[in-house]
Amino acid sequence: MSNIILSVKGLSARIAGQQVVEDVTFEVPATGVTALLGRNGVGKTSTIKGILGLIERKGEVTFFGDDQKATRLDKQRTHRIVQQGIGYVPEDREVFSKLTVAENLRLAERDSNPRRDFVAELFPDLVARAGQLAGTLSGGQQQMLSLGRALLNTNKLLLVDEPTKGLAPIIVGEVAAALAEAAKTVPILLVEQNLQVVRQLAAGAIVIEGGRVVHTGSASEFLGDEEMIQRFLGVATAAEAAS
Amino acid sequence: MSTVVLLLITGLGLGALYFLVASGLSLIYGLMGVLNFAHGSFLTLGAFAGWELARRLGSDNWGTFIASIALGAVVGAIFAAATEFFLIRRLYERHIEQVLVTVGLALASVALFDGIWGTDPIYVTGPKWLGGTTQILGASIPNNRFILILAAVLVLLGIVLFLKYTRYGLIIRAGVENRSMVTALGIDVRRAFTVVFAIGGAAAGIGGVLASSYYGYVAPSIGGSLLIFAFIVTVIGGLGSLSGAAIAAALVAVLQQFANFYLGGTGDFVVVLLLAVVLLVRPSGLLGSKA
Repeated sequence: MSNIILSVKGLSARIAGQQVVEDVTFEVPATGVTALLGRNGVGKTSTIKGILGLIERKGEVTFFGDDQKATRLDKQRTHRIVQQGIGYVPEDREVFSKLTVAENLRLAERDSNPRRDFVAELFPDLVARAGQLAGTLSGGQQQMLSLGRALLNTNKLLLVDEPTKGLAPIIVGEVAAALAEAAKTVPILLVEQNLQVVRQLAAGAIVIEGGRVVHTGSASEFLGDEEMIQRFLGVATAAEAAS
Repeated sequence: MSTVVLLLITGLGLGALYFLVASGLSLIYGLMGVLNFAHGSFLTLGAFAGWELARRLGSDNWGTFIASIALGAVVGAIFAAATEFFLIRRLYERHIEQVLVTVGLALASVALFDGIWGTDPIYVTGPKWLGGTTQILGASIPNNRFILILAAVLVLLGIVLFLKYTRYGLIIRAGVENRSMVTALGIDVRRAFTVVFAIGGAAAGIGGVLASSYYGYVAPSIGGSLLIFAFIVTVIGGLGSLSGAAIAAALVAVLQQFANFYLGGTGDFVVVLLLAVVLLVRPSGLLGSKA
């Protein structure tokens, strides 16, 4: 188990009584970026939320964060799971719009020694806009704030959900660069629709279809197989996917 | 002119009382989505606690009056925190059950207060100045209205400073906006729930002691009768908005006073009419965020 940071076995999740994830099983390596892929609505976000206990779930979720000691997360509440060193960057940013940038960051500080300098270096714009209400930031700035909140703490795993969704291409590049920098020190489970970003960052790929895992393996192998891309992601060709 | 001044200042005094109850209701709803029908009981218990202290220490001096307010705040806070911890905590996201439990607690606590203190009003006295009046622009304003306004301003200021400058305040402001994201940052938001209940209970407890001074008596039903107007204020101000509650409390009470005087005692009717208009024109309330 030395190369695994998270093991998910038979995870099922429900939202308002509706089954959204069914019997999902996969492992996340202890290094690099692992992409969680699939068409819209197949349960990628629900899988992430299920791991974190943000939605009703069943199944085994085991974390190997503390000196490789196995810790079951599936019986714990969300704040306890996060406190063990799991950072979360949600889909649609979910910054607190009525708090300032500085307050958003201060709220996220869990460590006694938060990595303020690291976040300031990575996103200097956030420093310049510290007093600005987060709700008035652009989408890209909000995404940087959302990432900054997660990177402030020394995490053992990052769960990052569609960080480039709805962003301008130039901002997508900045976000990808920030994730690449973060991935040097912490493994990342990344939900991402932009296959170019996946190609750039991910070593491994887990593919979900109909709420179940249908493929696990190398990201480059999966992305090199146009038939698989078309079948599981609904993208016509790899070239089109990359565009 | 003197009548207008009298109605205006006494209206603001009554509005201050409404705010002391509505501030807690609004914060509790804003953070937790709980409509707390037992909130009036926090006020009533605070009022009785203040009266019990005053009758033991002698009610005619300022020291006792201030100590009664402090005790009312502490008792209200403890009762409210215990309500959250033992009853509400298990029922988050279960709104029907919350209503049943808080209505049940309100009924049970009034019955308990009846059993302890009797059903008849107990008349209270305070420092002599409170029973007097002060002349302002020809109007004789009852002095206890100034104390109510001062208390409401201090409570509003205290809550605003708490929300702005403390860690819990930050958690509460964030939690009002997106509770699940606060937990996803590794924060146990339930502690903030207890703190909010305690703050709301303390404000209601202060309101209880001051309400007994305003009405001249304390009775088991005192909280319930004020709770109705506090709910109206909370809805008009915008559920979850503290400043909305402050503005609506002043608006509702002043309107009520003027309608009672100029429109033949129709104050309560006019307030309900205002509620209907706000719900039709601006359902989220004056400063509430749109759902």
